[in-house]
Amino acid sequence: MNSVTLAGLAGAAMVGLGLFGLITHPHLLRKIVSFNVMGGGVFLLFGAIARRGDAAGIGADPVPQALVITGIVVAFSATALAVALLLRLDREIGRPFFPAKELAGPSEKDGAT
Amino acid sequence: MSATFVLDASFAALTLALAAYTILARDTFAAVVAFISYGLLLALVWVRLSAVDVALTEAAIGSGVTGALLIGAAARVGDGDASAPPGLKPLEKLVCALLCAAVSAGIAVAVLSLPAQAPTLAPLALEQLPATGLGNAVTGVLLAYRAIDTLLEAVVLVLALIGIWSFARDDHWGGRPEAPSMPEPNGALILLAQLLAPLGIIVGAHLVWAGATEPGGAFQGATILAAVWILVMVAGMIDAPPTGRRWLRFALVGGPALFLVIGVAGFVVAGAFLAYPEGYAKPLILIIEVALTLSIAIALGLLALGAPARREKP
Repeated sequence: MNSVTLAGLAGAAMVGLGLFGLITHPHLLRKIVSFNVMGGGVFLLFGAIARRGDAAGIGADPVPQALVITGIVVAFSATALAVALLLRLDREIGRPFFPAKELAGPSEKDGAT
Repeated sequence: MSATFVLDASFAALTLALAAYTILARDTFAAVVAFISYGLLLALVWVRLSAVDVALTEAAIGSGVTGALLIGAAARVGDGDASAPPGLKPLEKLVCALLCAAVSAGIAVAVLSLPAQAPTLAPLALEQLPATGLGNAVTGVLLAYRAIDTLLEAVVLVLALIGIWSFARDDHWGGRPEAPSMPEPNGALILLAQLLAPLGIIVGAHLVWAGATEPGGAFQGATILAAVWILVMVAGMIDAPPTGRRWLRFALVGGPALFLVIGVAGFVVAGAFLAYPEGYAKPLILIIEVALTLSIAIALGLLALGAPARREKP
C-alpha cells in the first residue's frame, strides 16, 4: 500500500460517511454539509487517479486536477443555492426541516393560490 | 514504512476523523466548524498529492468561502431541536450505515483494482503547452484545451446567483442582502480588516498573474479578493451592495461575456470556437483571466451574502 492508494481509500470512506449523513440527518443544513463531505471524497478519488498519472516530470495528471478545480467551484455554487433555499424554507415554515405531512397540501387551505 | 508514508497516513486519518465528526456531531454549529477544519486538512492532502492548484482552490473555496456561507446559515437557522421531526429508528440507522459502508467498500475495491499502468494525459498536455505560452499545465487545461468547461463554470456562478436572488421577497428585489457585519465590530476586527484588505488584494492579484506559470489562477485569486470583500463587510466598514445596480450587474457578466466574445472570435481568426490565433494565446488568456477574476470575485461574494433582504434605501 502506498500513499496514493491510501488517499483513494480515504476518499472512498468519505463518500460513505457523507452519504450516511445525507440520509440520516433530518436537519437540512446537516444534509448540505454531509453532501459536501461526500463531494470532498469524490474529489479525493480524482486526486488519487491524477497522482497515479504523473508523467513527463509533473507530479500529477493536469486534466483530472482541472476537473476537480471546476468541480469545487460548481459545488460551492450549488451549496450557496441550497443554503438560500433552506433559509427561505426556514422563513416560510419556521424550522430547518422538510415540511411534515400536515403542510403537504397548502393548496387545499389557501384555495386559489 | 517510510517517514513520508507515516505523514500521509496521519493526514488521511486526521481528515477522515474530522469528516466522521462532521457527520456525527450533535451540534449543527460544531459540525460546520469541523467541516471547515476538514476542508483545510483536505487541502494538505492535496499538496501531498502534488496538486497544489487544487489545494489552493480547496482551501479557499471548498473550506473558506463555503465555511463562511455555512456558518452564516447555521447561525440563522440554529439546531431546531424542539421542532425536529422524529429521527430514524436505531435499526433503520444501522441498515443505512451498512448500505453506505457497502458503497464505500465498492469504491475501495475499484481503487485497489486500478490498472498498474495508469492512463495519463500529462505528456499530451505538456507537449502542446509551449504553443499557449503558459508554464502551468493545469491553467493550460482550464483556459486552452478545455476552455469551454471554464466558460460554462463561470456561467454557472451567475446562474446560481440568479437562482439565489429569486428567493428574495418581491419588494426586496434589487435591494441589498443582509449585511454580514457583527453588531458591534471591535477594534481588533476593524484593524485586521484594514491590514488584511490591501495585503489580500496583492495576494489575489499575484495568484492570478502567477497562475500562468505556477500554481494559482483566476478562481483562486478571485476567492482571495472575495474573502477580503466579505471581511471588510463583516468588520462593518462597508455595507452589502444593492443588487439592482447596473455597475454590479455589468461587472458580474463582464468576465464570462468577454470570454464568450473571444471564444466566438476564435471561429473567424483561428477556425474554431475558443481557439486562440497562433502567438496570441498567452495575452488573450491573461485578458480573459483578469476579466474573469473580477466577475468571479463579485459572484463569489454575492453568493456568500445570499438573497436580497431589504430595500435599497433603509
